[in-house]
Amino acid sequence: MVIKIAQFILIILLSPFLFGVINRTKAFFAGRKGSSLFQLYYDIFKLFQKGAVYSTTTTWIFVAGPIISLSAILTASALIPFAGHPSLVSFDGDLILFIYLLGLARFFTVLAALDTGSSFEGMGASREVQFAVFAEPALFLSLAALARITGTLSISDIFSNLTIHPLAMGEPVIFLVVGALFIIFLTENSRIPVDDPNTHLELTMIHEVMVLDHGGVDLGYIFYGAAIKFWILGTLLTGIFLGAHSKGWAWDYVMFIFGMMILAVIVGVVESVLARLRLIKVPHFLIVSLALAVLALAFTMR
Amino acid sequence: MNSWIDLIIISVILMNLMMLSSSRISTCIRIVAFQGVFVGLMPFVINAQSITLGASISSIASITLKGVVFPWLLFRAQQEANIRKEVDPIGGYPLSLLAGVGMFLISCWLSARLPYERPLFSEMIVPVSFATFFTGIFIIVSRMKALTQVIGYLVLENGIFLFGTALLVEQSFVVELAILLDIFVAVFVMGIAIFHISREFDHIDTQNLSELKDWVISKQEKQHA
Repeated sequence: MVIKIAQFILIILLSPFLFGVINRTKAFFAGRKGSSLFQLYYDIFKLFQKGAVYSTTTTWIFVAGPIISLSAILTASALIPFAGHPSLVSFDGDLILFIYLLGLARFFTVLAALDTGSSFEGMGASREVQFAVFAEPALFLSLAALARITGTLSISDIFSNLTIHPLAMGEPVIFLVVGALFIIFLTENSRIPVDDPNTHLELTMIHEVMVLDHGGVDLGYIFYGAAIKFWILGTLLTGIFLGAHSKGWAWDYVMFIFGMMILAVIVGVVESVLARLRLIKVPHFLIVSLALAVLALAFTMR
Repeated sequence: MNSWIDLIIISVILMNLMMLSSSRISTCIRIVAFQGVFVGLMPFVINAQSITLGASISSIASITLKGVVFPWLLFRAQQEANIRKEVDPIGGYPLSLLAGVGMFLISCWLSARLPYERPLFSEMIVPVSFATFFTGIFIIVSRMKALTQVIGYLVLENGIFLFGTALLVEQSFVVELAILLDIFVAVFVMGIAIFHISREFDHIDTQNLSELKDWVISKQEKQHA
């Protein structure tokens, strides 16, 4: 139990670090020196010390939005295993709870954005929901395919049953799942090619535009929630590639954290070499991930 | 060994989806060539030790035809007809992709209802071959250009080849060689036809062929008069 709580605290502590790694990778490709690896920690710390300003047109939903989102994401992170070791909470069918917690977080972000009454935020909210229509079923079906391969319905057990390295396992279906999950991972964390986290041009933003009116502590909550969401969705990918090792927990932890760093570097490389898709092309990209997930599930149903 | 079969099957179905969603004719020609080679390798992968002479001849012939000769013919037809434009499907690319997934699910259901005389090498080979020939038919129906319709025809043949290797490994080669000859002649003739259409009408959009019906209209007008 102590180890499980320690793992949960590790997720909370380590997740903002990955954004530093991504920014360093992008800076390397751009030939810049780049910000500190701990920049997001500084930003969140700074924002937590500030007060928030609320518009008079907003209601309690605007205040509650970031808090509910962050707490939903934190709860979801309690369901996610760390380095293949069981998570803090796990029961049969918790993968459905996991997906709905992420859905709840998104729902309240969207509601808070709509609550401001700003037309830009409304636009961002509509785009976010439009893309979620494709991303959520794809996530559901990929997790269902994983559950089918391993024969369990709990996220912890899925990753502890994926004991063998997928490349050696000779299970090409895994590649379909990895492909689908990677597209979902980029979409849900609003990275290039779906969304650009650095853009501040209202007509093209998706996620960024929804949080324009949040400030101070609320913005800190949103940044922190984004970092943890990046970590937990990334765990699904690194978990597939690493499986559960049994060379002692220290080795597992080191390999897992190293794997997450590599994932962050891959995201940085993707962001450096790819351009953003045009907005009308994004659903097409997401349908590809949906198609991969459907194929994976159909192949595992046999 | 089994995982190689799975790998080929999964790449065949992925290539179907790529073909449905790619917008360039030259990409489609390349994908269909790769698919032909992958499908042609299937008999070697299924029984590497005990492959008969006939089966290997038919596989090698199909690999050379689909991997080398057809792409060359199609690229030449593309150059001579000077087609650089996109595939322009009816209904757009996302819809075609979803249709591809739908056709795959239908063929899964369909193949589960077929009685098989002996156990198959892989459970997925029949649904994937069905999905491949549905995809071929879909490409023929939903694409406007004559050249893409030839590509759809080739996808259809890939599906038939895969189905043949799945069910009758030894006896299939006579049938296969006959089909290959047909396909070869068809692609050859279609290449010439495309060239002539494009020289005559400046484009190969088959939709405009339906306007060649003034004879019927004039007959109707006479009747009205």
